[in-house]
Formats: sequence, C-alpha cells, structure tokens
Amino acid sequence: MKPAPFDYAVAGDLSDVTSQLAQAAGDTKPVAGNQSLGPMMNLRLARPGRLIDITSLAPLRAVEDTPDFVRLGAAITHAEIEDGEVADPTSGWLRAAAAGIAYRAVRNRGTLGGSLCHADPAADWVIVMTGLCATALVAGPEGERRLALEDFITGPFKTALHAGEILTAVEVPRPGAGARWGYWKFAPQVGEFAKASATVLIDEARGRLRCAIGALGRRPLILDSAQSLIDGSLAPAEALRAALPDRASESLALHAAALQRALDLALETETPPG
Amino acid sequence: MTHAPADSPPKRGVGARLARREDDRYLRGRGRFIADIRLPGMLDMAFVRSPHAHARLLSVTKPEGAGEQVFTAADLTGVSGIRADSGLPGFRSSVQPILAVDKVRHVGEPLAVCLAETRAAAEDLAELVEAEFEELPAVHDMLRARDPQMPLLHEHWDENVFLETAVDTGFDQAAAKAAVTVKRSLRTARQCMAPIEGRGVVAVWDRNLEQLTVHSATQMPHIVRTGLAGCLGLDHGQVRVVAPDVGGGFGYKGILLAEEVCAGWLAMKLDRPVRWIEDRREHLTVGANCREHAYEITAYAAADGELLAIDCEAIVDSGAYSSYPFSACLEAAQVASILPGPYRMQGYRCRTWSVATNKPPILPFRGVARTGVCFALELILDAVARELKMAPEAIRRRNLVTPEEMPFSNITKKDFDSGDYPEALRRAVEAIDVAGFRERQQREQSGRKRLGLGLSIFCEQGAHGTSVYHGWGIPMVPGFEQATARLTPDGGLELRVGVQSHGQSLETTLAQIAYEETGIDPAKVKLVHGDTAYTPYSTGTWGSRCIVMAGGAVAAASATLAGRIKTIAGHLLQADPESVVLADGEARAGGSAVSIEEVARTWYLKPQLLPDDVDPRGLEATEGYKTVKDTGTFSYACHAVTVSVDLDLGHIELLDYVIVEDAGTMINPMVVDGQVLGGAAQGIGTALYEEMPFDSAGQPLASTLADYHLPVAADIPAIRILHMETPSPLSRFGQKGIGESGAIGPPAAIANAVNDALAPLGIEVTEVPLTPERVLRAIHAGDVKEAQA
Repeated sequence: MKPAPFDYAVAGDLSDVTSQLAQAAGDTKPVAGNQSLGPMMNLRLARPGRLIDITSLAPLRAVEDTPDFVRLGAAITHAEIEDGEVADPTSGWLRAAAAGIAYRAVRNRGTLGGSLCHADPAADWVIVMTGLCATALVAGPEGERRLALEDFITGPFKTALHAGEILTAVEVPRPGAGARWGYWKFAPQVGEFAKASATVLIDEARGRLRCAIGALGRRPLILDSAQSLIDGSLAPAEALRAALPDRASESLALHAAALQRALDLALETETPPG
Repeated sequence: MTHAPADSPPKRGVGARLARREDDRYLRGRGRFIADIRLPGMLDMAFVRSPHAHARLLSVTKPEGAGEQVFTAADLTGVSGIRADSGLPGFRSSVQPILAVDKVRHVGEPLAVCLAETRAAAEDLAELVEAEFEELPAVHDMLRARDPQMPLLHEHWDENVFLETAVDTGFDQAAAKAAVTVKRSLRTARQCMAPIEGRGVVAVWDRNLEQLTVHSATQMPHIVRTGLAGCLGLDHGQVRVVAPDVGGGFGYKGILLAEEVCAGWLAMKLDRPVRWIEDRREHLTVGANCREHAYEITAYAAADGELLAIDCEAIVDSGAYSSYPFSACLEAAQVASILPGPYRMQGYRCRTWSVATNKPPILPFRGVARTGVCFALELILDAVARELKMAPEAIRRRNLVTPEEMPFSNITKKDFDSGDYPEALRRAVEAIDVAGFRERQQREQSGRKRLGLGLSIFCEQGAHGTSVYHGWGIPMVPGFEQATARLTPDGGLELRVGVQSHGQSLETTLAQIAYEETGIDPAKVKLVHGDTAYTPYSTGTWGSRCIVMAGGAVAAASATLAGRIKTIAGHLLQADPESVVLADGEARAGGSAVSIEEVARTWYLKPQLLPDDVDPRGLEATEGYKTVKDTGTFSYACHAVTVSVDLDLGHIELLDYVIVEDAGTMINPMVVDGQVLGGAAQGIGTALYEEMPFDSAGQPLASTLADYHLPVAADIPAIRILHMETPSPLSRFGQKGIGESGAIGPPAAIANAVNDALAPLGIEVTEVPLTPERVLRAIHAGDVKEAQA
C-alpha cells in the first residue's frame, strides 16, 4: 500500500515546531527517522495531514558531555551511538544496546528520540533508558520540562508529551566507579522486537540499583525488590509472580528467565573505566 | 548415457559445476522484473477488498464522477469467474468471481478495481468506493467446517467440503497383528509462500495483432494463457502471455488470479496498458496462502518395530475457492497417495477432506502436500520408536524399502524407480555422528538447555505425467514436453522451451544438456522461455519436472539438430555423416574438422554448397519427450538435525544440519545444492517461524512481515549436503526432479529433534511452527501434568 496524501515541511527552529504542533491539533506529526511512522503511514493506519521533519534541528542533534551525564539529542541515530560517533557515558553499554536494535538499515535512520516517543513496549531504548535511570528533556509551548524515563513512558505506545511538545534530548547519568550493568533480551530472530527483555543496574557509588522488565505490553516494570534480586535472596520468578499476579505461568517464566540472564550479565560485567 | 566417463570429468556438459549464466544480470541488478516494465500511458490498478470474511454483498457504490476509473462486477460483461473442477467423484464445484457478486467468502476478496496514474492515487480512489454488507458467521476452523451448524460458503452445497476421499488397502488384517498402536493429532499451520517478488501483471492490447499481451510474473505462462482466454471469452490467438524475469514462484505463480483476469479485461476495455503490482499485504492476506493440514494418525507396529499399518484422517483447509489449475483438492488427494512415504507396510487406510473455509484459497507450495505428510509420518514413527524403546534410525532401517526391492511399487501404487534409502539413512547417521551426540546428550541432560536429535526421510515423486494426473481430472494434464533447438547463422544455438525459469537455473542447465548433444559451448546457447508466442505449449514449471521433462526435450531436439549438422558437415568434410563427431564447436571426421558456425553459414547463406540429401527442415528441430514411464522419478533425502531447546525461553537452536540427497545424475551439482539449500531454508521457516493465523471472524492476523516471520540468513545453519547419485532408469541422463525436496524434510526432522530433547520430561510437540510461545506452552502444560500426577 501507499500512504494517503500528506504535506511535508522541514522545521526551521524548535519554537516553530512546537507552535505548529500546538496549532495543528494532531493532524501534524513531527518525524525524524520515520522507521515506525513510515510503515504505519504506508499501511494507511496512520494518516497525518502534515509531517514536520525535525532531524536537523540543532538542539536535537547536540551532544553535551559533562562529568555527571551525557545529554544526547533526540535526533541522534542508533547507528551514531553504535559507531561511537557520540559520547557514551557508560563506556560501551549504550553502544552495545544500539548495535542490537533491529538491523543496520533501521539503525541508520532510526533515532533515539523517535524510538522513545513511539514507546513500543518491546523497544530497546524504552527499557535501556529506563534501566539506566535516564531523564527525558521535553520542550513545548509552555517551556521546557524534565521527566524521569519511567514517567515519560506512560503506557504501550503512550508518552507524557502534551500537545505541542516534543522530546528534545535524553540525559544519561554517568555511572559511578564499580558500576555494573546487564541488558538481556530474547529476540529469536535478527531484527525482531524482543519477546522478553530486562536490565539490571548496580551502581552503588551513585546509590542506584534498578531491575527493570520490558516487552510486557505495557510500560517497563521497575521492580521494587532490586536489592534482594541482586543479592540473591529473592528469585526472579518470585519477584515477577508478586509484581504480575495475572500473568500465565509460561509468560512469567519467560520474563523471569530474561531477568535472571540480565542479573548474570550484570554480576559478571567488568567495571567501566573512569 | 552419452556423457563422458568418470575418469575424464566433463567441464561444460552434464555433471559440470558450470557457473550460472543468469547470475551476471541478477547480481548486477539488471534483471527485468514485472515492476520494471513501464509502458506509455500505463495506469496503475488498486483493488477495493472485502473487510469481511463472510458476508452478503448488498451494494458497491462508485464515487461520483469516477467514470472509467472504477469498475465493479456489473461492468465485467462477457467475463467468467475462475473454475477449476476435479474429475474425482463427489467433487463440489466453486466459481471464484473476478470481482465479488452477491457474497464475499474471504477477507481481501476484490469488490472493485480502481485506476489512476499512480498506485497511490488509485488507492485514494479505492477509499471512496462504498460497499454495504450483511455479515455472516465465518467458518474459520477447518476442524469444525463440517459441523452441520456451520454456515455454508457455497449455498448450493450440502456441506463445506470440496472433496472427500477414502482408501483402504488391507488395513484391518494388518492392524490386527500389531503389538503396539500409537496415535497422535498433528498439525501444520497455514503459511504464505513469500517469494521475494510478489505477483504482478502488465496488460496491453496490441492493435496490430488484435491480441492481448499479458506480461505476468508467472511460472506457467501457457496455462495462464489458457485460463485467461477462457475467462475473457477470447481465442487463444488473441492472448499472449509473457513472463519476464520472475523472482521466485514456489507454486503461487502457477495460479491464475482474478487480478490477472481483471487486468486483461481493463486493457481491452480502455485500450490502454494497465498494471497491478501485488504488495506484501495483499500477498500475505489474500494471495499466497498454503500448507494448512491436520492429521489424526495411528501407526500399528510389531514388537520389533515393523510398521504393519497406518490409519489416517487428514483435513486440509482449502479456503474459499478451487484455484485454477490445480483445484482445491490437490493437497488432500496427494496426502492420501503419498502418506506411506519411503516405507513398506502391509495395510493402509486414509480418509481425507478438502474443507471449505472463509480464508483465501490454499495453493500448492514447494513440496505441496509432502511437507505435511512427511511431518505426520515421521513424527508418528518416532513416537512408535519411543514406545518400543528403539532408536529412531533403527525403526527407519527396519521399514525402509531396500535397493534390492527396486523398482518398488508401494502400497498406494507409487512406482519408486531407483535408489538406496537405507544407505542415505546410514550416511546421515554417520555424518551427524549419532553415537557421539548421544554421549553428549547424556552428559548434558540436567540443564535448562536440552539437546535433541531428529531424522526425517522421504522420497519425492517428480516429473510425473499423464498417467498420474489424468486420474485427478484437474484442468491440466501434462503430456509430451516439447523443445525447439535452432542453430543461428553464426553457429549459436537457440533453445525454446515452454517451461519458465525463475530460480531453477535452466538457462545454464539446459545449455549444458544441449552441449552434450551438439558440442556447442553453453556460452553460445540462448534459452528462450516464458513467452507463449515463441515457445511450444507446456504446462510449465511445477512438480520438480523441468530438468527431467524440459531437459529430456532439449536433449531430443538437440540430438535431431545434431544429426542434421552432421549431414551437412559430412558433405563439407567429404566424410560419411555417420562418422562425424560434434565436439567443442566443431564437426570432426577423420583428421579434418569444420566449425559448426561454417555449417550454419552454409545452410543459411551458402546453400549452393549443400548436399543433395540435406534435410529440408533445416537447422531447426522441435521434438517431444516423455520419460520411459511417466510415473515419475523418485529423488529422496534423509535430513538429520541436532537442536538445543531452551526450557526457559522455548527457543530452539539448530546446532548441526545434514542432508543426504539423491538427485540421480546431477546435471549441475552447484544448482542441485542451491535448490536443496533454498528449499531447506523454507522448510526451516515452516518448522520454526512461519504462520498465517486467522481469528474467529476470519480476519488474517499477520498482514506484514513484522508479524509474518520468515527465516533470515542468520537463522539458517551451515547445512552440510552429501550427495548420492543413483541414476533414474526413466530419464534421459538419469536425472531426477529435485526442486522441492529441501522444503519437505525440515519440519519433521526439527520437530523430531525437539521431541527427542523433551522426551525425558514426557513432553511432545505436535504442531508447527515451533515458535517459542508454542514450545513454552507445551513445556508448561507438561509441568502441570507432572504436578497433577
């Protein structure tokens, strides 16, 4: 199928985009890599009257490297992260996650911000950025605001963005000395979305312990029992059964396996230098 | 056999690993496929399709001012629907409308066609067409299609069954002797064929010839021509079908589509070129459905593993209509005739039902029914082996037809022509190292990843002809296959065949065969195929028949041509034509030689030099060919696979994969390998990934390749192919049809390996594809059973 007719404009600056989006009341959509919206438009499942291309907006392309965090513009592509063309505060965790997204053709065009705004529950950045305690930077007609990733993603394919707002950047905190990380996903075929995924962050220096589960068909689940999971006093299957009492046993077993493998990876990872 | 003996291996003829002649254009992206054809003034077509699986169609309303841009069934005067009846007794006939009339019977059935300068604009127009429906309950489950409460798809029928068949050969007597009886319910999913290129058609009316030229991505151009002429009410002389480069067919591209008929009618009506290029959504949800079988199968065996009898009830979900030309009952009728596989047995009973459901028509896909049949038989055999505590290789060895019994007429009167089935098994067992694997399996038996080994063995009837097909009474019965061989004035060779090459490498292999007879370098051979205007009538490329039938025909025509070349050459060389030998582009006699080019120039341009007794039919010959007996060549193969099953994820990893394959004499071993590997990849898709589910309203649930999972390069292990080469006594060079073989064995071998891995847990899988979800469900159902026990 071919998309329904639509207009296309390249954004001039950020305020231009937010004011246009606010006025257009849903008929205008910002577009970056177009790897999710494009296929839906081709199937005529999405039919925006107008696209605003935001891929070359300066703040969305900027990278800020500070001692506490790296701020990645929303229009940075997966491939740029994978190839190390932008700073990775985690000394390689982001690069490894980026390299596992879909396949290279998608990574060449798909963007960090686009993936988060699409908010597919099984997407890599949705779970990875949640797991890393990242922050979403949002700009809109009312100004700018900051949201923890777990507050930015509100449901399957849902975000906290209001009309006229766009995601401009993501701040990824720099892990402290001795921090450990595990990201494991189950995608039986190359290029597929994950059937199960989990992250484990053990960053004692910065006081961050987090176990998160993705690919649940909802927003990522952050388990409040991270400490017990990490020290081994609580089994993943028990933690998940308590958190998701309505799930079928084979589904729970699958996600528990993902969490166990993320834990194993975290506990065997090398401490990142610096 | 005329090809060189083994001590001087031929370099260009039969048996040569000649690089494919078609690769130069394909690898450089210079193929010309249907969507590459652009004609001046051409319009794009888009179809308005039914959103309902089963509904009365109350009205279709065109948008205002649409004029000659939108057409419905009411406009199609003089056009008949597609009808493909089987002559088998009790067959219920269906007519597939070109555009829906009164009723729709599956989602995606075309209601109207729209034309515009671009496909996008045609789709815009299609959105403006309004249709009113009265919805009816959908028949979505083949197991319930025969329930009297179910609505009838075709209301003049008395049940939703195209055809019911029954065969019983000594069943009761044989079964009564059994020491063990093992029964299973087994199932294969509905699939899509998914060639890289979908269907497509460009139709144009030729005013000079008063002829409709239909460029179509088809593998059977002559059959499409016959079908089109019938539906459009035209003489054959008014229809020409041309297949350009075709990007894979697998059976789908043998079928006459309503969209093709529509394009033909529009080109005549508007006197303008029109085209329809199927998109992937149409392909998945409407066009290319295949494979859906269910088996209730029972094996009766003696205590030593001798297979005494098989009893089976098989249901094939045939979808809504009988497709032209193979009909709605090809699959199920094949099930009944080939289920006994390569084994001896004393008794056999099989009932089949080709049921009608509110889904797209089921079409023959590479392997046709054999993939499902092999799955059913090989799984039940392993179940018997487990029951008797026998090794899977031992129970097969006990029952395989032996080389001493060849030629062998089996319990369904299939005539196996030649081969050594036990040797194929022995080599596979050795290559996969069963003994070593069993030790490793024992060592690793307690982990969360379990190892398993699976076997499947089968034979593939190919190139079967008149005597087999006339009994089925479908609209098409293959007879003599013809080919034309024509020398050009510069000594080149033109071959014309009615089959169509779309991955079979016929441009290479038929040139190799012609070289055997004429000594003309394959580089100087041009294959003309796929165009009804230039080639002899043929049923086309299907049923693993080309290398046997078109190969035999090319050999026959080339041999006749060679005789005529020798007559002229003998005269030019002052030698007895009988003593002339053709080799390396020359005609040689005694110590002297003349080039074939010179012979050609003499016939065409210097006739004053011709002998008095020259054959006036010249340097062009058409010959027809049939095998010695037309019951088919039987290639065969043994697949052996080892897997690891992750008990937490349900994930199956293929560790090693061996195929022992006997294609008879190989015309080009590289091409045989390519056919086997490509087929095996598709078989792995059937085993692990591919599934076209429908919900209870008959809605297709995998409408894009994000939902319909195909195997990709990373999923295919490094498959090791070992060849045996038992010549067929029936074919010209001993070659056997091999085109479908690779796709037949994997689901059975892989499922058997998974069951081997899960056997210690008392768990068995019975349904493909073995998706992680399905495997996990089986594992957890097993856990529940264990917990309750």
